[in-house]
Amino acid sequence: MQFDTPATTNPIDNLKVVGQPIPRIDGQLKTTGRAMYAYEWHDPKVPYAYGYPVGAAIAKGRIKSMDVSAAKKAPGVLAVVTALEVGKLKKGKYNTANLFGGQEIQHYHQAIAVVVAETFEQARAAAALINVDYAEDKGSFDLKVAMETAVKPETGEPDSAVGDFDGAFKAAPVVLDQSYTTPDQSHSMMEPHASIAVWDGDKLTLWTSSQMIDWWRSDLATTLDIDKEKIHLMSPFIGGGFGGKLFLRADALLAAFGAKAAKRPVKVALPRPFVVNNTTHRPATIQRIRIGAERDGKITAIAHESWSGDLPGGGPETAVMQTRLLYGGENRMTAMRLATLDLPEGNAMRAPGEAPGLMALEIAIDEIAEKVGIDPIQFRIVNDTQVDPEKPERRFSHRDLVGCLKLGAARFGWTGRGRPGSKREGDWLIGTGVAAAFRNNLVLPSGARVRLDSEGVVTVETDMTDIGTGSYTIIAQTAAEMMGVTIDKVGVHLGDSRFPVSAGSGGQFGANSATSGVYAACVKLREGIAQKLGFNSEDVVFENGTVRFGNRSIALAEAAGPDGLVGEDTMKWGDLTKTHQQSTFGAHFVEVGVDAATGETRIRRMLAVCAAGRILNPVTARSQVIGAMTMGAGAALSEELAIDTRRGFFVNHDLAGYEVPVHADIPHQEVIFMDETDPMSSPMKAKGVGELGLCGVAAAIANAIYNATGVRVRHYPITLDKLIGGLPDIA
Amino acid sequence: MNPFDYLQADNASNAVKLASAAAAGKYLGGGTNLVDLMRETVERPDTLVDVTDLSRRIEARPDGSVMIGAAVKNTALAADRTVRRNFPLLSRAILAGASGQIRNMATVGGNILQRTRCTYFYDEASRCNKRDPGRGCDAIDGFNRYHAILGASPSCVATHPSDMCVALAALDAIVHLEGPEGVRMLKLVDLHRLPGGRPDIETELRPHELITDVELPALSFAARSTYRKVRDRASYAFALVSVAAALDLGDDGNVKDVRVALGGVAHKPWRALKMEAALRGRAATEVNFRAAAEGELSDAAGLRDNAFNRTRQADDRCRPR
Repeated sequence: MQFDTPATTNPIDNLKVVGQPIPRIDGQLKTTGRAMYAYEWHDPKVPYAYGYPVGAAIAKGRIKSMDVSAAKKAPGVLAVVTALEVGKLKKGKYNTANLFGGQEIQHYHQAIAVVVAETFEQARAAAALINVDYAEDKGSFDLKVAMETAVKPETGEPDSAVGDFDGAFKAAPVVLDQSYTTPDQSHSMMEPHASIAVWDGDKLTLWTSSQMIDWWRSDLATTLDIDKEKIHLMSPFIGGGFGGKLFLRADALLAAFGAKAAKRPVKVALPRPFVVNNTTHRPATIQRIRIGAERDGKITAIAHESWSGDLPGGGPETAVMQTRLLYGGENRMTAMRLATLDLPEGNAMRAPGEAPGLMALEIAIDEIAEKVGIDPIQFRIVNDTQVDPEKPERRFSHRDLVGCLKLGAARFGWTGRGRPGSKREGDWLIGTGVAAAFRNNLVLPSGARVRLDSEGVVTVETDMTDIGTGSYTIIAQTAAEMMGVTIDKVGVHLGDSRFPVSAGSGGQFGANSATSGVYAACVKLREGIAQKLGFNSEDVVFENGTVRFGNRSIALAEAAGPDGLVGEDTMKWGDLTKTHQQSTFGAHFVEVGVDAATGETRIRRMLAVCAAGRILNPVTARSQVIGAMTMGAGAALSEELAIDTRRGFFVNHDLAGYEVPVHADIPHQEVIFMDETDPMSSPMKAKGVGELGLCGVAAAIANAIYNATGVRVRHYPITLDKLIGGLPDIA
Repeated sequence: MNPFDYLQADNASNAVKLASAAAAGKYLGGGTNLVDLMRETVERPDTLVDVTDLSRRIEARPDGSVMIGAAVKNTALAADRTVRRNFPLLSRAILAGASGQIRNMATVGGNILQRTRCTYFYDEASRCNKRDPGRGCDAIDGFNRYHAILGASPSCVATHPSDMCVALAALDAIVHLEGPEGVRMLKLVDLHRLPGGRPDIETELRPHELITDVELPALSFAARSTYRKVRDRASYAFALVSVAAALDLGDDGNVKDVRVALGGVAHKPWRALKMEAALRGRAATEVNFRAAAEGELSDAAGLRDNAFNRTRQADDRCRPR
């Protein structure tokens, strides 16, 4: 099915199942430990062996030699496979650094060997016995230094310009020119990367933890240099990804090589420090924002520049993109510059671009609003735009940022907000802050197969993944709505490369794209049923487990017949995303307390108002948003990968050192969804929400801290040492 | 992790005998730190003697002192009624540490003997004088946000991570030991060492000496005490700085007696004797507290990432509430 004209009324609009607060259908499996994650697959008849990875102890250079003799002789060891033996491998399309193979070391903890043994403990002990002789090269690890030699990236749209920014900025009566920094961040998902590889001749079966089944399968085939059709990949349950599992990782390769060498099925999980230094992370940014405004708050000039770094061949963190669309203003420019850094690979983490971009932009808006002397909500309303500011002929498909801000202000109790540093309760300095949320709505082709069996049960198969988001549930809701059955009559199977290729999970495109694919397959199935019954498919109604045409009504089970019926299709997208700007919007409100003596910040209240099209399931959508708000709290207050700039690695490479929020950090969180649909987005009229919930949160917290203390911090995370010098005297 | 023998001891003498008989024997309490270190091959014992079956008694004695068995779980000690009533700083210190799950496993003896959480100490690829004496220290010029500002040396800037020990230091706790040469006692403040040139030697314990009990001497004014831990996140984080303090105020509003100990600032729980001396007999005012804290920190030396500690450290929550 091709979606190229705005959606009209369709069966989804009945909202008997879609849009209902249905608890996740896989919830019981998860709460009872029966949802099997990658490393947990276990067949008592299979003699699994265990692989333990060895990572490079230098950041840049090459391996001169490796002595594995002691490891090979260690108890229980079945095989040792080294990068030198394997040699240089072809690289997958989505990887920047090589995952394994060859002499060259491109970053710290790049995989250089896997030791396979009878037990996990034996493999780990033997891995510690490998001696490596390196020739170390000098690397570049400090963005502040490397930004001097940063260049314009060769791909994407690094620069944009409309009007005369310099002239308008110079002429503006109120101006802001500030720099902001965001640190490297780790996905830090609960489940580390893990794979089990089983060879049967030249066929490989891999259980793994992947957000994108088909990308992994293709890149695994490329890297192993085998036919894609010979790989069967399964990833039915995923313990979080946040972008860290979008692309093939070393665990899959090491399991495959280890299994081949040991001639046994092999399990490999990346140890926690490897999640930080072996895989990808969100790159740090240095951002400069200039805004010129009239005395009434109208923006006349806006510029956003960003510097980030990556390994050679990598890309920039696209931190300026939202600034091209979020606020009006006739004179504007953005620019991204990319430095070479020899740190582990920088890549997508939840809301890449917008998350760090809004961390800076939404502080800048708070600052310019204060300079103009108007409320920051009013400032944002004054500068709202219903068209793409760079191409005014291009309208937003649906944009209700103003509605989010107004409703949020009323619910949060924004009026009566004091001057910075004016409110105190005991030892606590109290402040509130607001920020806009913005994230583009992306769509990707997505396929599904839907079966109807002789019992009237509907089964959906797609290689879509559920990374904890609720994909199983919204897909079941979609199929139930389309086929006119209750949700208990729907089974959903995900994350298997034998199923039709879907959008996968990432970029908040998963929910809308994948359910649209299921919609398309259900349309096919409905047509098949109508055709079989000799009904005109246009006028057939599917409801209450029956198919009805005029005054004839037949149970679905009967219609399916003994052999059942199947519908399969892929949703493809026309140019509605080009003719219209499709984005999601929101507003974050935060109240913080800052300890007047120590500078510790503790969040007291959080509210998010989201405008993201139709909400397919308010329960799972809310989970997405509160999880994202929590991630934003970490970004604001504690999350930072600390770089050892001498040795080129992230030092705090575990969950004790890299501080994501704990329960005690998170207060009451309220989420409100605007009641809206976006017919330009898909037949579902939905958009993504999982990343929107993160966008702007950290800036709202930063702005609240400023309101509490009068100290403006522009460098994340906002730890107490950055506040302590500016706090008022205690007594 | 290297292969090792696992043995259980039902009394202290037996434990000492079993550990002494091994080439590289170690006592195992809750395992919340030792097992991590074994996984990273930082610790490589050939024998573990499980001492969690030793005394789990908390005995409140008529003279106001309390005797605590070394195998008492952290959770049990924090929840003990006598401790909560008479030594609230100890209960609060324990509850400020780690997580509920870890406190359920960790023992009093093990908590005292836990090793630093300096990331370079855990990382085999880094230089560390604790792990490899003489090899150098990557923390001094590296990532050192959680490192020492007091009593450090050019060899080591690591801190002792325990919260419980900070309270014990303030309380003048006495550690009871049993070793191959018999039993003896040490004050907790004398148990841990400053790093000097041998940061790998962390305590004054003799080979195979085992902590059997911890004694809290009676201290009437400990009922007016607290523990304040400063950290980036609200739970499950080591202290940037922490303070255990107890205050005895006279009717004239002057400080009759005071105990202060600091955590997260040194290689050992730091008893702030200078500060205590500066406060005794003085009016309990914010100004005096601040001056006393600044005096205690007159020798403090900051590193790249932790110099902020000095600015407002230990700005004390020991004012009466």
